Amino acid sequence: MKTSIGPVLWFWNKEQLESFYQQAMQSDADIIYLGETVCSKRRSLKTSEWIELAAKIAETGKQVVLSSMVLLEAESELKTLKTLCNNGQFMVEANDMGAIHLLAEQKIAFVGGAALNIYNTATLKFLVDLGMTRWAPPVEMSGDQLKAVLDSAKAQGFRDQFEVELFGYGHLPLAYSARCFSARAKNLPKDDCQFICGQWPEGLAVNSREDQKVFVINGIQTMSGARQDLRYLKQQAIDAGVDIFRFSPHPENFINAVSAFANGEVPTAENDHCSGYWFNKPGMEPAV
Amino acid sequence: MELVCPAGSLPALKAAVDEGADAVYIGFKDDTNARHFAGLNLAGPKLKQAVDYVKKHDRRIFVAINTYASEGRLDHWKSAVDKAADLGVDALILADVATLEYAAKKHPNLSRHLSVQGSATNKEALNLYHQHFGIKRAILPRVLSIAQVKHLCQASPVELEVFGFGSLCIMAEGRCHLSSYMTGESPNCNGCCSPASHVRWQETEQGLECRLNDVLIDRYKDGENAGYPTLCKGRFEVDGNIFHALEEPTSLNTMDLLPELRDAGVCAIKLEGRQRSPAYAKQVTGVWRHALDRLGNHSTLQIEPQWTEVLDKVSEGSQTTIGPYHRSWQ
Repeated sequence: MKTSIGPVLWFWNKEQLESFYQQAMQSDADIIYLGETVCSKRRSLKTSEWIELAAKIAETGKQVVLSSMVLLEAESELKTLKTLCNNGQFMVEANDMGAIHLLAEQKIAFVGGAALNIYNTATLKFLVDLGMTRWAPPVEMSGDQLKAVLDSAKAQGFRDQFEVELFGYGHLPLAYSARCFSARAKNLPKDDCQFICGQWPEGLAVNSREDQKVFVINGIQTMSGARQDLRYLKQQAIDAGVDIFRFSPHPENFINAVSAFANGEVPTAENDHCSGYWFNKPGMEPAV
Repeated sequence: MELVCPAGSLPALKAAVDEGADAVYIGFKDDTNARHFAGLNLAGPKLKQAVDYVKKHDRRIFVAINTYASEGRLDHWKSAVDKAADLGVDALILADVATLEYAAKKHPNLSRHLSVQGSATNKEALNLYHQHFGIKRAILPRVLSIAQVKHLCQASPVELEVFGFGSLCIMAEGRCHLSSYMTGESPNCNGCCSPASHVRWQETEQGLECRLNDVLIDRYKDGENAGYPTLCKGRFEVDGNIFHALEEPTSLNTMDLLPELRDAGVCAIKLEGRQRSPAYAKQVTGVWRHALDRLGNHSTLQIEPQWTEVLDKVSEGSQTTIGPYHRSWQ
């Protein structure tokens, strides 16, 4: 099983990102995703700088993928998307049907991100025919559902045309809105957000009035309060047909965790993590 | 602009037609429907009665088959498409690629509308659905500003329908897993958000508490209006403050924007609320019929105070907003 580092979903500044990717290059991850997927106002790096960074990482022998935005609303966002899609060198992770349309029209192979709604083999086949060579299933898909889709793809003779990448570790991206919840929490309008989301390098906790950490807000994105941790289910994931295990970045002690997993260490589940989705239960249920 | 009204039951459908809906939309009583709530929707002989009633009044009827087919059960979604086609409805409202593909192939002459659950917010996504599945119309998620709606109308290969009134889904539809994270029920697959089966109310010393799968969503003081516990409209603690961290319980009302939406080229206004009563269908349809009739080709729309009064009364928390259409809301 290969190991990947997903795109940084938080708003980190340029120095933080550069330092992170410096370490990521030294890590034992096989694949590194880059780029801004959450909010187009965040420009720690310009599109051209992301592509330059990709080239630098690629020199280390790792595979690099450029991730596209999930929620595409403005014409300027489509323009950035086109620049990414036409980079001519690196694969693109498409997180919206618009990105897929642009890539498929040019017959460029792509990664289908977890924000796409692929829940059955017929949909999977449609996208594989359009050029999807790697699939990150929706985060809410259980291990059994995933296995059923992949078994069916095998029976239909196209399972060898794509890889499967599981969102294995990190805060789960759960929802996207027009509204910026980080700005709202500080009574700022979205148009004058002052990049407030950058204050929280691992998101802003949304707790119940009983102090239960329910969600984490990250700009327009709502994420799981707990980090999902499926590391201890590695063998089950392999048995279901997963080829790549994705770690979604967080600020502390991340790279070591990636390298340990890539080197075969399988830690026991920690108490404050969740893994419910894998077992077809509420996603927030603790790791067992 | 076409007025598209919700019908979660036969009485609601009749009320909407009687009050002047140009089209009504319904869903089947199962998980092919993104409004799959207990006690709602149509099945059996009522379906034919619904279609007959709409046809008799020379209106149109659409069927929402707008959840995502789970693996191994695609035949269930295909049957729903066939059933709607057999009923002789005017259009299907679809989200899942597999279901769109089947409908386009099996019933090429039956109009396909891309459901809001399809989450198409830009022209390239619309191009994909148009090119591959020949969609005729798309319903826009409630995440675009009025300027973005105008722009998209110019660039879109298909006609566009927007939400005019009703409960405000604040997340891009089709891209929200909050409910499944908390309850295991997925809006995308099971057609249920914050399902009633997981709701628990409890009177405590601190006030009336509402829980969704044991998570405290809200706590109300005496006399405070307690709404349905949709999890994104709960009150939570963020950075030391307790407030509606994601959204207040409020409804969308875009009547003020009608002239702009018409000028932009929006083809239809959708009213939300298949989960609401026949009285709701009657009231909101009536008000919006009057508004659209008065609007006609005029450059402005004079909104009657009694229209606003009616809409406020049926709104969540008696409040309305133009929501994402207004940049400052975002």
